[in-house]
Amino acid sequence: MAVAIHCRDLRKIYDGKVEAVRGLNLEIHAGECFGLLGPNGAGKTTTIEILEGLLEPTAGEVTILGQTWKRQARELREKIGISLQETRLSEKLTVRETIELFASFFREPRPADEVLTNMQLTEKVDALVGTLSGGQKQRLAVATALVGSPKVLFLDEPTTGLDPQSRRQLWDIVRYFQRGGGTVLLTTHYMDEAERLCDRLAIVDHGQIIAEGTPGELIERLGGHHVIEFAVSGNSPEPTGAWQALPGVESVRHDDGLVCLSVREPHRTIPALLDAVDQRREQLEHLTTRQASLEDVFVRLTGRHLRDE
Amino acid sequence: MSEGASVGHNENSRTTDGVGTGARAERSAIDPKELLVSTAVEQPQSRQETRPSPVPRNGRWAGFRHLLQARMLELVREREVIFWVFVFPLLLALGLGFAFRDKPVAVSNVAIISGPRASDTVQMLGHSPSRDSVHANIADEQAAMRGFRLGKYDLVVRPSAEGGFEYRYDPSRPESVLARSLVNDALQRMSGRRDAVATTVVTSKEPGSRYIDFLIPGLLGMNLMNSGMWGIGFALVDMRQRKLLKRFVATPMRRSDFLMALASSRLILMVIEVGLLLGFGVLIFHMRVLGSLLTILLIGAIGAVSFGGLGLLTASRAQKIESVSGLINIVMMPMWIFSGVFFSYERFPAVVQPFIKALPLTALNDALRATILEGSSLLSQTGRISVLIAWGALSFLFALRWFRWT
Repeated sequence: MAVAIHCRDLRKIYDGKVEAVRGLNLEIHAGECFGLLGPNGAGKTTTIEILEGLLEPTAGEVTILGQTWKRQARELREKIGISLQETRLSEKLTVRETIELFASFFREPRPADEVLTNMQLTEKVDALVGTLSGGQKQRLAVATALVGSPKVLFLDEPTTGLDPQSRRQLWDIVRYFQRGGGTVLLTTHYMDEAERLCDRLAIVDHGQIIAEGTPGELIERLGGHHVIEFAVSGNSPEPTGAWQALPGVESVRHDDGLVCLSVREPHRTIPALLDAVDQRREQLEHLTTRQASLEDVFVRLTGRHLRDE
Repeated sequence: MSEGASVGHNENSRTTDGVGTGARAERSAIDPKELLVSTAVEQPQSRQETRPSPVPRNGRWAGFRHLLQARMLELVREREVIFWVFVFPLLLALGLGFAFRDKPVAVSNVAIISGPRASDTVQMLGHSPSRDSVHANIADEQAAMRGFRLGKYDLVVRPSAEGGFEYRYDPSRPESVLARSLVNDALQRMSGRRDAVATTVVTSKEPGSRYIDFLIPGLLGMNLMNSGMWGIGFALVDMRQRKLLKRFVATPMRRSDFLMALASSRLILMVIEVGLLLGFGVLIFHMRVLGSLLTILLIGAIGAVSFGGLGLLTASRAQKIESVSGLINIVMMPMWIFSGVFFSYERFPAVVQPFIKALPLTALNDALRATILEGSSLLSQTGRISVLIAWGALSFLFALRWFRWT
């Protein structure tokens, strides 16, 4: 499979001291939607901006579609579309004027009307950007990235701060682009976004990739597809060993007063859990089971939650 | 894979994380990959349309054209800009022009110390040729001296018993000097003095020598400086703060096109600014424009571009609007004071004159006054134009070195 984005041993040190990216390797295939998942400050934006040719890496090499920023910058600019984490487009221009402005920078842009239709912005064509809602503004930002008919689309936190409906609309846009053969690299700190949108993803923490694979693979690595969360009354010292010994339990962790068990088969573990609680003459205060998520993967790998400040 | 509507619905209602209920377990049968495809149901109809076949191709100047158009649209839609660039200078010209138009002839206030000859003296002044310029009051000595100290009287006259007069005046107060000379002249004449030679007097109220004539070119220069600095400096930092500059350089946009579009928008505005202020001066104040309009516009263009370069320099690094605003004000402040916008800089000591003349606004104002008021040719302004160009070119070179797009 052709490689769309490739980087090796990427490093970025700000002002000679802050190490934002510490030796990062990526290989993203053409037609793939790849996600960089990580908490705020993990180095995702720095990484994507280096790949976009907007930041100079301190060390390492980057190839996009077989070309490098040093030698073929202008050619590359024609082939990629970028949506920055936060761009406030000119509020005094209309949606159409904005799209036509961005289209004018490319040699062979897509027709403005076509992009606006795809982005579901047809009703707002003549509205000033200042009057748009957050979701519409974000769709317009992505529209400015797609108007150049790019082969690779970079999206930095595309749905941060959006309502659920706007988020889904944006996901549709990304999938549509991907179905047309496009490659997508996005950063997010929403694990549901990563799980649903990305074919493969890399979990980034402290400027390094700590895990990489398909969402399924990453969850598989937890050792169980299911999570049982419960709390019991009266157990002062947490008897981790006792829960670990239950049938089918792959791992145990404590999270905010709850005991979380990663298990393969909840139907085998739950009866045993109930018996164990009974025997210890304790009360079960809470019990849920759910599918394991990337959040669990992240917590397992780092001991922290994705959204922890 | 099928696109099951029910599955799509299920996904919509799914929450991101947190403690769920057991009912959620039903989803566990669904592969995440399948979920991914299922939302395709939400695709709008229009997505399925075939693409229109003609692919537009942009020429070399498409980007420049659109950037310039966008800049002009933004300016026109920004009401504050319209006010500060176009309306404010006109209001300023109107206010100052009327304030200093037909200045009433200065009247000298004179106190005559009460005494036997006081009323005679007032009568002599009242019949003299300068009666309209002198206003005499009889006052007792104490009141007269007090009034003189407070500036109510410019001159105190004490008629002496022998028929002479004693003047008390302040040689450091021009109005006091004037009053003494006027009153003395009037009293001497009324006492029988004859002029040794015949003189004739012609009063002059020529357009071109009035304050408003001095003011309008100055306002024009100041306006070109203001709009150049703010229109370029402020606009750029605003775009940098919005990350719009970064967004632009993330496209194949030519950076030179961007800068040229900014400069061009300044030139278009310059023509309107010059036209408005000069037209206003001609229509309202019957000002006479002696130089050719082309020369004036050329000088205006050089001024607009030079101050645009200075604006670019102030904006080359600033990340915040607040910091660039301070910077712009610091750069402009000395020129407001020294460059002869409202009054002639000749009033400043000779030592600082070379520095004042080296300021770009001084050069612009002088060149504009020379062409507008005296009809000087472009060639005769080479020195001043060189000063302007030097400022513009140096600023531009440094700005290009330091400028940050991100």
